[in-house]
Amino acid sequence: MPLIELKNIAKSYSDDDVETPALHGISFGIEQGEFVAIMGPSGSGKSTLLHIIGFLDRQTKGEYFFDEKKMDDYSKEELAHVRNKEMGFIFQSFNLLPRTTVLENVKLPLYYSKIKESSWDRIALEAIDTVGLSHRAHHLSSQLSGGEKQRTAIARALVNSPQVIFADEPTGNLDSKSGGQIMEFLEKLNSAGHTIILITHETYTAEYSQRIIRLKDGEIESDEMVERDHRRTGKDHFMK
Amino acid sequence: MTLRYTFKTAIIGLRTHKSRSALTILGIVIGITAIMLVLSLGEGAQNLILSQIQSIGPKVITAVPGKQPKGPTDIFSMFADSLKQKDLDALSQKSNVPHAEKIMPIVFGSESLAYGNDTYRATIFGATEIFAGLYDIYPDKGRNFNEDDVKSYSNSVIIGSKIESELFGGEEALGKKVKIKGINFRVVGILPQKGQFSFLNFDEVAIVPYTTAQQYIFGRKYFDRFVVEADTEANVPATVEDVKITLRNSHNITDPGKDDFFIETQAQAMETVGTITNVLTMFLAAVAAISLLVGGVGIMNIMLVSVTERTREIGLRKAIGATEKNVLFQFLLESVILTALGGLIGIILGTSLSAAIALVLSKVLVLDWGFVFPLSGALMGLGVAALTGLVFGLYPARQASKKSPIEALRYE
Repeated sequence: MPLIELKNIAKSYSDDDVETPALHGISFGIEQGEFVAIMGPSGSGKSTLLHIIGFLDRQTKGEYFFDEKKMDDYSKEELAHVRNKEMGFIFQSFNLLPRTTVLENVKLPLYYSKIKESSWDRIALEAIDTVGLSHRAHHLSSQLSGGEKQRTAIARALVNSPQVIFADEPTGNLDSKSGGQIMEFLEKLNSAGHTIILITHETYTAEYSQRIIRLKDGEIESDEMVERDHRRTGKDHFMK
Repeated sequence: MTLRYTFKTAIIGLRTHKSRSALTILGIVIGITAIMLVLSLGEGAQNLILSQIQSIGPKVITAVPGKQPKGPTDIFSMFADSLKQKDLDALSQKSNVPHAEKIMPIVFGSESLAYGNDTYRATIFGATEIFAGLYDIYPDKGRNFNEDDVKSYSNSVIIGSKIESELFGGEEALGKKVKIKGINFRVVGILPQKGQFSFLNFDEVAIVPYTTAQQYIFGRKYFDRFVVEADTEANVPATVEDVKITLRNSHNITDPGKDDFFIETQAQAMETVGTITNVLTMFLAAVAAISLLVGGVGIMNIMLVSVTERTREIGLRKAIGATEKNVLFQFLLESVILTALGGLIGIILGTSLSAAIALVLSKVLVLDWGFVFPLSGALMGLGVAALTGLVFGLYPARQASKKSPIEALRYE
């Protein structure tokens, strides 16, 4: 069974008794260790889908299995624990705490984990080292460049050694050079065994992945593997 | 999640907006300061009054004319002229009040003393020579009265230190004549400076033999007080009963409910004063506590602003695994730290203010006013402050914890 399995997932928002459907009958699976890009124009439902997969939101219909467990009956609190332990999030706008050091930002998920406080610093510094920011560990997040901010966010996503890392338009606020670096980090993490789910609307970003799921109007338009040649193209864009 | 880390996070959150946090706790600071001030000064005042009552001596019993006041409407007591010479004679008989060691009648009122062109309005206190022993104040210049002064209606007066300085300036007062109601009195003694003592300010009193005071100054036959001193403290209750029975017999009263006099003892007076000052202190503290309420609303307001400002932070925390409880606790802790800090500052401020006031009162007004640190008040103040934070922080913290992570992360 795949790590993530969606069966007929539908989501609609009701606002003032008007139902606005966002997703209809989405079904697919993601295997452990895959690097999947979810693409689509704005309004296609890709963010909604990410929120559901990441347990930030619940579907209206359908079934969701994570690690062979049916998640639909889990309480909010249990889902928070799953998010903490199994998932890492990287956002377009970084979402670092202002006036807080890189180290403290990276430690944040540990704070909500069951890991002993005495080992927090060591674990966090390891994660910071992975993204090559050891020299910046005690700088305030506001003193960092955009690329460094996103690398801090990656370290934060890594720190609890999650199974899945979600990246929601991670290069959207970055110049192409830093964007390329970030994508290479994601690629490395994927090689190290992390499952990566990337949301993007840029083809060249999506081509770092092995598989692209395209959404349109809340439905899957296509779901195909990326050929090796295409994956080069993505890199070429950032190398320019 | 550890408490230490939550605490640290809350401190960082508050430090981010230093001046705002400071202004927010001002209400709490003022409230706790006021409460501490009231409690400390209230206790100081109570101790002062109690120590003065105690200085009268535990063996002293006072018979007061009129009905015992039972409430504020009884201030104007009836039968104010009920204590007469025959009562004094009855009390003086050893068989009636066997444990009475000393008996002193008192008359008092306000009259002007004149010397040359100067006049001074003083309290005229008609007594016998035993006043000195009862109130522990002896003339430091000249002499006390003697039995003859009282028996012979002598025109002798003992004056307080303030009258001496006001009427005579630097001049020698002893042996001089002052006029009271047009009659010449010779100054035979001058009291040392003592200040307020129970019901009397001995610095502003002119003491004359009670016989003279009744006959020549006030022109009346009745007394304002009988002061009886029992031989031992243990015999005070028995003596109180003896005095009551003697006075009732003398007044032909059979029903104690119709007594036209009442008895005051030190123990009773202390109890009364204690009750009054406690009620007063509690009332004032309650008024001061209103500012805590206002302060609490201020805390709630600022915490709500803070929650809105930090919507993205809340969203992020939830996304990376914070439960509703975690977020609730974080914000609740922030408001409790704020108010507890305000309480602490208030305690320090209130304590130093009341210490300063105690110093001023004792130095400038020469009162025997000791500074009291109200420990129970301090603990209560800290508790109330923290509770204010808990109560008024709960709503904003709940708002924070209920935020949906998606909405919060989308918030700009």
